[in-house]
Amino acid sequence: MSELMSELMPVLLALTILVGGVGLAAVMTWWERRLLGFWQDRLGPNRLGPFGIGQVAADMIKLLFKDDWVPPFADKVVFIFAPTAIVVAMMMGFAVVPFAPNTYIIDVNIGLLFFLGMTSLAVYSVLLGGLASNNKYALLGGLRSAAQMVSYEVFMGLSLMGIVMMTGSFSLVDIVQAQTNVWFCFSQVLGLLVFVVAGIAESHRLPFDLPEAEHELTAGFHTEYGGMKFAMFMLGEYLGLILIACMITTLFFGGWLGPAFIGHWLPPFVWFSLKVFLVICFFVLLRAAIPRPRYDQLMSLGWKVMLPITLVNLLVTGAILLWMEGA
Amino acid sequence: MHTAKTMANHRVEGELYRDLSREFGQELFIAQHCADNKLTLWVDRKHLIQVLQFLKPLFPMLYDLFAIDERTRVNRTGQPDSDFTVVYHLLSLDSNEDMRIKVALMESDADLPTAIGVWPNANWYEREVWDMFGVTFAGHPNLYRILLPPTWEGHALRKDHPARATEMAPFEMGPERVAREQEALKFRPEDWGMQQSNDDNEYMFLNLGPNHPSVHGVFRIALQLDGEVIVDSVPDIGYHHRGAEKMAERQTWHTYIPYTDRIDYLGGVMNNLAYIQSVEMLAGIKVPDRAKVIRIMLAELFRISSHLVFYGTFVQDIGQMSPVFYMFADRERLFGIIESITGGRMHPAWFRIGGVAQDLPNGWEPMIRAFIDSMPARLDHYDKMSMQNKMLKDRTVGIGTYSQQEAIDWGVTGPGLRATGSDWDIRKKRPYGGYDQFEFEVPTAANGDCYDRAALRIEEIRQSLKIIRQCIDNMPEGPYKSDHSATTPPPKERTMEDIETLIHHFLNVSWGPVIPEGEASVMIEATKGLNSYHLISDGGTGSYRTRIRTPSFPHLQQIPLISNGLMIPDLIAIIASIDFVMADVDR
Repeated sequence: MSELMSELMPVLLALTILVGGVGLAAVMTWWERRLLGFWQDRLGPNRLGPFGIGQVAADMIKLLFKDDWVPPFADKVVFIFAPTAIVVAMMMGFAVVPFAPNTYIIDVNIGLLFFLGMTSLAVYSVLLGGLASNNKYALLGGLRSAAQMVSYEVFMGLSLMGIVMMTGSFSLVDIVQAQTNVWFCFSQVLGLLVFVVAGIAESHRLPFDLPEAEHELTAGFHTEYGGMKFAMFMLGEYLGLILIACMITTLFFGGWLGPAFIGHWLPPFVWFSLKVFLVICFFVLLRAAIPRPRYDQLMSLGWKVMLPITLVNLLVTGAILLWMEGA
Repeated sequence: MHTAKTMANHRVEGELYRDLSREFGQELFIAQHCADNKLTLWVDRKHLIQVLQFLKPLFPMLYDLFAIDERTRVNRTGQPDSDFTVVYHLLSLDSNEDMRIKVALMESDADLPTAIGVWPNANWYEREVWDMFGVTFAGHPNLYRILLPPTWEGHALRKDHPARATEMAPFEMGPERVAREQEALKFRPEDWGMQQSNDDNEYMFLNLGPNHPSVHGVFRIALQLDGEVIVDSVPDIGYHHRGAEKMAERQTWHTYIPYTDRIDYLGGVMNNLAYIQSVEMLAGIKVPDRAKVIRIMLAELFRISSHLVFYGTFVQDIGQMSPVFYMFADRERLFGIIESITGGRMHPAWFRIGGVAQDLPNGWEPMIRAFIDSMPARLDHYDKMSMQNKMLKDRTVGIGTYSQQEAIDWGVTGPGLRATGSDWDIRKKRPYGGYDQFEFEVPTAANGDCYDRAALRIEEIRQSLKIIRQCIDNMPEGPYKSDHSATTPPPKERTMEDIETLIHHFLNVSWGPVIPEGEASVMIEATKGLNSYHLISDGGTGSYRTRIRTPSFPHLQQIPLISNGLMIPDLIAIIASIDFVMADVDR
């Protein structure tokens, strides 16, 4: 019986994540608007239901009932495929996230690499969406996105290598357990900095929303999208946001572990959720506060600042590890 | 009003007239007296370009260029025969002088040599004159329609062109017509001297606008792109054209006031001021002190309101999301004040010829005081949030730069000019409407880039607050409207006493006042630069010709000059930093 349970557990969890992820992403749209409203001295959606939470349902109904339109000049197959790719890739990324000590779909010894691989796949969605639309704004957005994601990918991966060296494993469960005493946000400050920046760039949210940059490219790569296909892009973006927040929590803030000096008096999953929630709020704050850099400035920030920081972090971490081993 | 000034004018103009006579012969020029005492000379078409070239060093800026359809004008004694008159309004910032050159043209031969070689900004103005009057300019590189649709028939500001849709055949938009209009809107790079490709690759041509989130209205700019770098660009205007100048010819002097609010629709009563001062100049109306101070107070409140919109949208176009909400909240408080004084918000139409519509309401003072007391701290806060932000500086410093010389060449005025180092503010140079009684500074900046233009406007908000404070502290007592027969009908009670008063009252409120024949224009420092209404009265109850010189029109014309070679996001920053509204461009 218990064997059956442990077989079924990942499947149930996967289904929960599938449904919960979509639901959470929908709630995120509401929460983000409320939070932005709070910071911008206005109300945000507050009419439907308690605190305006009914807005989520209203938005969904509206998007579902919109005309499912494919522009006649677009490449139809690719145009429809593009928005699904980002949702699938982001959903897959959740497979390796350890929510609590034994609550994860799979714990593989390449968990971190799997996550990086999945987020990289998401770039296809944006790129293909931009190209298939056969629209100049979309094309520019797609091109920007390709350049941005490819270059930020480089040090997104590298920024995590410090953690891998300290843990000696790519498994996310091992990484969380290695933080029992000290979270990596203290020992890997530079890694955290770079990963957060790269994470925002990966989920292309303001200030790194250059692929869609509404003030420049109207809506960038998804200019031609509407209705549910547009909703898929948004869903993918919010899933990406949650996924990045989960990864930041797991990699740098001790995952399900409570802070050492307070102890673990809350259930692990609550600790995890609380941290993810705070990280997401931080992302919303960034969006509210920071202007958008120009495309070439973003690139030079990546290659001239972020990459050197990552490499220094890697060298210093390696040197300290070697020195400690010797001592 | 400025006797010393007027005498100085005459001295310089006298010299100028002598110089011109010596150079070209006295018989060449016919002087015309205008109600605003500006030197106005008629020149023969043959000598026009020579004269303009001679005047260029003395008057480096082409302030305005427009035409008049003289065919139905009755009162033009002493002026040469003319069907269409083209007027060149020249301005010198150094000597603070301006003058007009007029050329008479006959309908059968309405052709002039282009003045682009003398002033580059003549380009758009000449296109407008051609569009509206059918006057051609030999040597003009792109004499296409600029405000009206390319398929338009006729020239709209001619007196024989219908003014209302009901005078024309019904408008139909069948499939043929749609196809024709679509075809006409197509951008052909060759028409603008652009190439489709260079040796290595093909260029991409991108239509930015007329519907685009960042073009502040309906403004189209066709871009020739190499990657994301702008090789060349062609601004296209006219999508917001509502024929404000044509409408003026059908309205009485008074009923046109509400139309002016909608020219620079962020400037509210500031537009009224430009219009009304010209009317008052024509009629020789003296405005009482209280009305002057009320006008200045309201105009400066609107300057703040307009600059707040600029501030918010400028920062938003750089990609910072939140500040615009704070600025709009401030503007909302401002609108509350304006509403309680005037009854309107964006377009109060509240100034009247000779004064304002009503006296200030009870309790106006604490309301405004509370607002201006709260603003400096808020502006400091915005400064920290936006203007000191390093990313915003990276995006705007050194972007969209032009020199003072270029600004003058292209007719740039207002904050755009002062950002290049000039302190030319007409409120100081030729204090109109009582500005000489106020203490304030004229902010300037040195680099003439996007950042400077923004920073300068923010400083102007502070100066406006200072002016408004002085208005509150020194609001004079007395009437809010001049006691002039053209502005104020006789008191209603007395109309019942004698027939003469009744007749005057009746005519004044039904036909409206008759303004003596003549021409005048008064420049004001509007929210976006120099604004003036050149009004021609033929001795009637309405204007014979109303020319609205708006600051935004030349500002848009020089966009290609400052944005070619930069990237699309830079263009967005430049557009935001120019601070225009399309109604102010297209009228």
